[in-house]
Amino acid sequence: MPYIPHSEEDRKEMLKTIGVDRIEDLFVEIPDDLRLKAPLNVPEGLDEYKLFGHLNELASKNMSASDAVCFLGAGIYDRYIPAVVGALISRGEFLTAYTPYQPEASQGYLQTIYEFQTMVAELYGMDLANASMYCGATAMAEGALMACSIKRRSQVVVSEAVHPHYRQVLETYCSPMDVEVKTIPALASGREESLDLVTEEAACLILQQPNFFGMITDIKAAREVCDRTGSLLLVSADPTAAGLLPTPGELGADIVTGEGQPLGIPMGLGGPLLGLFACRREYARQIPGRIVGRTHDEQGRLGYTMTLRTREQDIRRERATSNICTNEALMALAATVYMSAVGKNGIRSVAESTVQNTQYAISRLTEAGARIKYKGSVFGEFVLSLPIEASQVRDELHKRGILAGLPLGEYFEGEEHSLLVAVTEIRTKDEIDWFASELASVLDNEENDLWLVGASLDQSRVQVRQADGHVDARSVETIEKVTVTKSNWSIKDQFGLEMQFTDGALAEIHEEDTAGFEAVMAALSKQLEGWDEEWYEKVVYPPFEKNAAVVFERV
Amino acid sequence: MTTRTVPTPKPIFEKSRPGRIGCNIPVADTPKVDLAAAVGETRDSVAWPEIGELDLVRHFTNLSQINYGIDTGFYPLGSCTMKYNPRINEQTAALPGFARLHPMQPEESIPGAIEVMLGVQDFLKEITGFDEITMQPVAGAHGELTCLMMIKAYHESRGEGDQRNIVLVPDSAHGTNPASAARCGYKVKSVPTDAEGNTDIEALRAVMDETVAAFMVTNPSTLGLFEPHIKEICDLVHEKGGQVFCDGANMNAMVGVTRPGDHGFDCMHLNLHKTFSTPHGGGGPGCGAIGLQSHLEAFMPAPLVTRGAVGEPVLDDDRPQSIGRVSSFFGQFLMAVRALTYLAAYGSDGLPEIARHAVLNANYIKARLKDVLPPAHDRPCMHECILTAKEYKKYGVRALDISKRLIDLGFHPPTNYFPLIVPECMMIEPTETESKETLDEFCDAMIQICTEAREDHELLINAPQKQVVGRLNEAEAVKNLDVKWQADR
Repeated sequence: MPYIPHSEEDRKEMLKTIGVDRIEDLFVEIPDDLRLKAPLNVPEGLDEYKLFGHLNELASKNMSASDAVCFLGAGIYDRYIPAVVGALISRGEFLTAYTPYQPEASQGYLQTIYEFQTMVAELYGMDLANASMYCGATAMAEGALMACSIKRRSQVVVSEAVHPHYRQVLETYCSPMDVEVKTIPALASGREESLDLVTEEAACLILQQPNFFGMITDIKAAREVCDRTGSLLLVSADPTAAGLLPTPGELGADIVTGEGQPLGIPMGLGGPLLGLFACRREYARQIPGRIVGRTHDEQGRLGYTMTLRTREQDIRRERATSNICTNEALMALAATVYMSAVGKNGIRSVAESTVQNTQYAISRLTEAGARIKYKGSVFGEFVLSLPIEASQVRDELHKRGILAGLPLGEYFEGEEHSLLVAVTEIRTKDEIDWFASELASVLDNEENDLWLVGASLDQSRVQVRQADGHVDARSVETIEKVTVTKSNWSIKDQFGLEMQFTDGALAEIHEEDTAGFEAVMAALSKQLEGWDEEWYEKVVYPPFEKNAAVVFERV
Repeated sequence: MTTRTVPTPKPIFEKSRPGRIGCNIPVADTPKVDLAAAVGETRDSVAWPEIGELDLVRHFTNLSQINYGIDTGFYPLGSCTMKYNPRINEQTAALPGFARLHPMQPEESIPGAIEVMLGVQDFLKEITGFDEITMQPVAGAHGELTCLMMIKAYHESRGEGDQRNIVLVPDSAHGTNPASAARCGYKVKSVPTDAEGNTDIEALRAVMDETVAAFMVTNPSTLGLFEPHIKEICDLVHEKGGQVFCDGANMNAMVGVTRPGDHGFDCMHLNLHKTFSTPHGGGGPGCGAIGLQSHLEAFMPAPLVTRGAVGEPVLDDDRPQSIGRVSSFFGQFLMAVRALTYLAAYGSDGLPEIARHAVLNANYIKARLKDVLPPAHDRPCMHECILTAKEYKKYGVRALDISKRLIDLGFHPPTNYFPLIVPECMMIEPTETESKETLDEFCDAMIQICTEAREDHELLINAPQKQVVGRLNEAEAVKNLDVKWQADR
């Protein structure tokens, strides 16, 4: 085995120096009944050629983003990784180093960590950042526990629009510490319904920017609530979006965490990742994990070293701010190279290209027969409402080489028709067009009696004409929800059936024809007593810009 | 350690010039949009450096040149298992069929990845003797925490959750043990080590009662010694209804020789970045797989990568008693690829050679240095030897001074001052991948330094001299906290 260099001669000489005859004699302290008597029941070793072949075969069984076009996101994004990233982090001096506990022999790594901390703090608009955490989810959970210890409170409030996995990890971390996790509903509108659940009991309020559904979060409003309740504001922020949107820091966040994978790290089936962690200066001594600082040696030379060490487990033991030891140094280095390579203008360009591609995808996919579920601004990601189950669309497009997105029914009850779609800067117009045309063909192929091409109204019933020409009628009484956008409108009834109208009898519902629109909606309105009082005004004067949808629901 | 051949690079921010860029970024070919209409308000520009690609490459290359790694020299850091990281592992982990997988892809699109995870799990089950393995924990301390959470859930399921609020740790334990216990809501009590370096069983018996949730044992211990009474210890804890966790940092001494699952442990963590050669990367990513006996299976973190009734791969998310999810996705998947590459290279015949040669190397160093740096306990050691430099205190020299002098002689220092119970401790772990010549050179340097300590201790006190910096003022670093570059500093 090339990894063990000993010759027979070496072993002999070494055993002689030690004063024993055989290697087995060195294991005398292991009781005989605990020693393995039989060889391990595992396959025989492989030479390097066969070894690579074996692993290569396993790799080729997977459909990666090199084989398919990836519109999956949800916190992990298929972004461009500059060639310099892989080249520099694979240098042995970095790759095979240990934690820089001996600063004199580790100045190179320590300086990169200092640069990393600076760039992360700058990205999030915060005073300082640490040397990294495991991943976005654990960084957020550690931030929540840090808030509990700062505030001496044992409750955290989290939005339902925070990544479900992150909320699961938060629960896992909080449960043994007897910290209560309260969740603010967000599913109806894609945003926090009400921040009233935050009270003086909350150590912190946790939001995500942009949120799990891709929507831009109103951090300012959350700051006001936290000021009132004396809670800290923790924002889990996507680093690419942070390159474009107002920083969480300037909007009032106390702790900012995030998943650093978009900063030059391969998706790698979700690991290794990179937890980002930044906070206000006043909390520096409560921060979990390592921090590198600058100082001087006796000759006055500037140097770097790990600092605020008395927070850490190897010194403070059970009173440490966290149990974290090994972090994600190499991934932090990858991010440092990435951030330096794209630089000030590059990150802006990546973010803007993302927005541009996202807007184009929204327009093409809605033309293909999907609808945008939530009203409001998005960054890089959005929820599509589909006439058929999202998992069916996902599976069908998977066969055609498209990773279409994440079906939300797996995470939220009743969301079987919702698909979370991400579009990064590396998606091209052609790829998006292809996605749209494949989606249209999947939807067209479906024998789906709920997907309607036309309708008209009389006094009490909605008449819907199906694709095959059959006309169906439904009582207005059963209607739960009406959604109106510039080019179409849809209804959802109490049985969960969704109907969308895009042309035919209601083609007159159009910006230029408010009279026709009004007439139709007025007819409907008479039947809808007990609905939101403002609905009529919103229908007659809908905000038709930006493909925004207006949703009316029974109150 | 090479001596300084390049100037210490300035902070990259000081090299920034407006308009430069370090890579050729893809730009969208879709129609332009009104940014304000799409996302509303935007931020000021991000003050990241603007630097050309060559200067970028030089910056990081020059920084790497003032950093020590296993690739540049011997790294005898005790408890850290700084073994060679095979390059083939890097090649397999970089395959696009692994590196470009999204964690939320449909299960049907990642059969090869699931096979990788199952493959590592199968190897680790056989090597450790545990019934189940999961790789969701992403680092050693994370694995400890996950095990304690499962233990807590186990006690709760038996109605003993409230009563058992104490975790015992030996006085020689890694700091992560008590820190993880605290992170799991437990009070920590220390168990002393006896004169031979073993767990003081009588002391354990005295504190072991029905309030104890678990005893965390490192085996071999942090003293580099195999705990000969481990079965008795496990029985003692089990009699009172407690669970025994094995800190697997020292698994390298046991691969193919003995299995912690047979010792009586209920669960353990493994550091794939120690024993199974995935690179330490300057402090991570780690990979903290855990092993456990079947009575803890119900509490494992979800989702599990497992096999169904007919051996088919399954991602099992339907686990009502699970402690929940402990990290974002499946753990450090690309580290699992590296570990599988390593395990498959060794195979059944090769694996026991790891422990055999790791133990041989450690005992060789112990024998060669015993006259100048006596072992804390004069017994055969396992994969690392714990020496004491206390006799040099009378010359005004401490263990740290010996370490700093070693840097000037071209070696990375051993671990100092750990375990805490050994005065002027030097913890040396050579691993199996070092040749006899390297060990000899290291021992020669140590012997030279011990002579210097007696005759010319200034050489040690003022070391290191040949590095880009000497010893740094740690107090200043804390007092004038400078953790973020600013233009005016």
